[in-house]
Amino acid sequence: MNQMLVSASPHERAPLPTWHIMLCVLLALLPAAAAGCVNFGYRALLLLSVTVGTAIFWEFLCRIIMKREQTVGDLSAAVTGLLLGMNLPPDLPLWQAAVGSFVAIVVVKQLFGGLGQNFANPTVVARIVLMLSFTADMTAFRDPNTDAVSSATPLVTGASYWDLFLGNTAGCLGETCALALILGGIYLWLRGIISPAAPLSFVGSFALCTWLAGNDPLSQVLSGGLLLGAIFMATDYVTTPLTAKGKILFGIGGGCLTFVIRQFGGYPEGVSFAILLMNLLTPYIDRISMTKPFGTTEPREKEVRSDA
Amino acid sequence: MKRLNGILLPHRKRTESRMTEDLPMPEIVRIPMLMHMGAPCEPCVKPGDPVTVGQKIGSMIHEFSAPIHASVSGKVKAISQYQTQNSKLVPCVEIEPDGLQTLYAGIRPPKLETKEDLIRAVRESGCVGLGGAGFPTHVKLNTTNQIDMLILNGAECEPYLTTDCRLMTEAADEIIGGVCLLMKLLGIKETRIGIEANKPAAIAQLSEACEEFVDVKIVPLPPKYPQGAEKVIVYHTCGRVVPEGKIPADVGVIVMNVSTCAFIYRYSKTGMPLVTRCVTVDGNAVKRPCNLRVPIGAPVGELLEFAECDMDSVHQMLSGGPMMGQALYSTDQPVTKQQNGLLAMKAAKKVHATACIRCGRCMQACPLDLMPMELERGFRTKDVVSLKKHHVHLCMGCGCCSYVCPAKRPLAESIQLAKLLPGTKGGAAT
Repeated sequence: MNQMLVSASPHERAPLPTWHIMLCVLLALLPAAAAGCVNFGYRALLLLSVTVGTAIFWEFLCRIIMKREQTVGDLSAAVTGLLLGMNLPPDLPLWQAAVGSFVAIVVVKQLFGGLGQNFANPTVVARIVLMLSFTADMTAFRDPNTDAVSSATPLVTGASYWDLFLGNTAGCLGETCALALILGGIYLWLRGIISPAAPLSFVGSFALCTWLAGNDPLSQVLSGGLLLGAIFMATDYVTTPLTAKGKILFGIGGGCLTFVIRQFGGYPEGVSFAILLMNLLTPYIDRISMTKPFGTTEPREKEVRSDA
Repeated sequence: MKRLNGILLPHRKRTESRMTEDLPMPEIVRIPMLMHMGAPCEPCVKPGDPVTVGQKIGSMIHEFSAPIHASVSGKVKAISQYQTQNSKLVPCVEIEPDGLQTLYAGIRPPKLETKEDLIRAVRESGCVGLGGAGFPTHVKLNTTNQIDMLILNGAECEPYLTTDCRLMTEAADEIIGGVCLLMKLLGIKETRIGIEANKPAAIAQLSEACEEFVDVKIVPLPPKYPQGAEKVIVYHTCGRVVPEGKIPADVGVIVMNVSTCAFIYRYSKTGMPLVTRCVTVDGNAVKRPCNLRVPIGAPVGELLEFAECDMDSVHQMLSGGPMMGQALYSTDQPVTKQQNGLLAMKAAKKVHATACIRCGRCMQACPLDLMPMELERGFRTKDVVSLKKHHVHLCMGCGCCSYVCPAKRPLAESIQLAKLLPGTKGGAAT
């Protein structure tokens, strides 16, 4: 007879490992990435391959140098790489894209301890770093219809709703096709991977602010990186709040900040900055939005305060 | 009303339509002197003594305990040492059965006229909570709180297990008989029986049996683990919240497993103490899953043999269900009073813990709205202040958090260990 295994309960685990969740996110990103490749041609596909490939490579290298367990298999680096590629203009020089994935994986993620430990969204920080370092290349957008390179996105030029919805406009690789992004978001929601709280409150609060300021909320929502950010970056597990209440606060904060930056700031696009700022606020949002355990009278936050 | 969180599990109740069978007489029974929550008993027989079915062999030396009776007639072979599943060493009476099952001469139905009679009788019967925890029933009944509600737990929310389901289907009258007895003697006005909605046959049988009693109500519960947890079933059947650090009696409720209630009824009629119990034998290494009526102390190996288990493929044996059951270390281990299931599992893929991704699934699964990942971190860093802030002692170890964790972190295990750290007891942070 065998030796019996003695272990602690529970003795069964749900069949949903981390890599499976990441695979679902990759699948959800695919329609928007594919739309980008259709609109912008093979150069877009090349750029995506470079960001995904280098992201995996940096993760692999980092774990070896740090003598840590190899984590490429959890697919989180692939998600970061794909998401980063979708946040870049399709004609960005490839070496700059590789620098971007270095910032995302090495600086933002691995130096802080790897998956689950980074305080800011790697993609968002990488995009901001590239934006500040290579401003000219990062703002050279190509119109998919004319192939003319302009330095302006539809945020400043204006385009028809239909073109915005299908992604037939200039912009970053994966942010233009609103339809594909929304489909991806619905897929993740139905699979139980993300909660719709943050995306809805993000888009909702942004649209409300825009409308109150007298602008066209629909075209503002459909253009730029708003949907990509609200659906895929404001729902990142690691850098956003845990509870439903916290997620709504995060979304409202992100939406309002995006509006403020777009309306009054020097940059045409504010989503990355808004999400980064909200990432930094996440620990505080978590503190004020904790749930009350069953049968307790005091919310946890009060105890936390009385301790401090 | 808000429903408490929980998780959907595969039910795997393969035995729910199998009649309960009797286990053939085992070659030896080993009866440990600790099969309940509380203090162990002291053996009151010596090696060589003849014993009969129902004879007391372990007597209480502390009120928070329950006496132990011989489940077979025969001769005491030895008094050995037994290591319980939580590593306590207790004496164990080994009896060699003679196969005659001679009844003990002193067995007669108890006189039951007052609450005191009932508590004395239940204490003498060796009755403990048969749902798994093994809380001495006479201690539970002997409360000074004003009780107005009896809740019977027929949730049986663990996968595989069907003993309660079979009892409710086969012997609904015994359960209702027990309810009437308890209500009369304890002066309880109302009874609710919580049953997971995945047991329509049990609900139908019990509803029929209690048709004429207006103050007994069947409450179907969502088939979501852990409906059978005490605080959860109290809340979902009558809406009362058992506050932190309190017990159901503090909100006027006594919670009891359906099989405990049926046992009290049988004891009131026959006077036969707790010497047998029903066990579901199942698991993916078992070819003929079944429900067995087993003398307490029978070696689990004999149950598995009866259920045509392929012993060579067994990798793990569990006493209880897969969520809260405890791993057994040997086929010689006896069936105890609290054991409602025996599972024999083949080797499964080894789980390997990876980094927490803060997905929050453990929080969404926790029936008591705790934050398992914070508690796990508190345990890893031995941060007693944080553990207290996050109410570590509220955790009942249901295992939902570990089950759902995509990083396969040992959350429930860490939280149970965290409760043992010095300084975590004693309510909210001070």
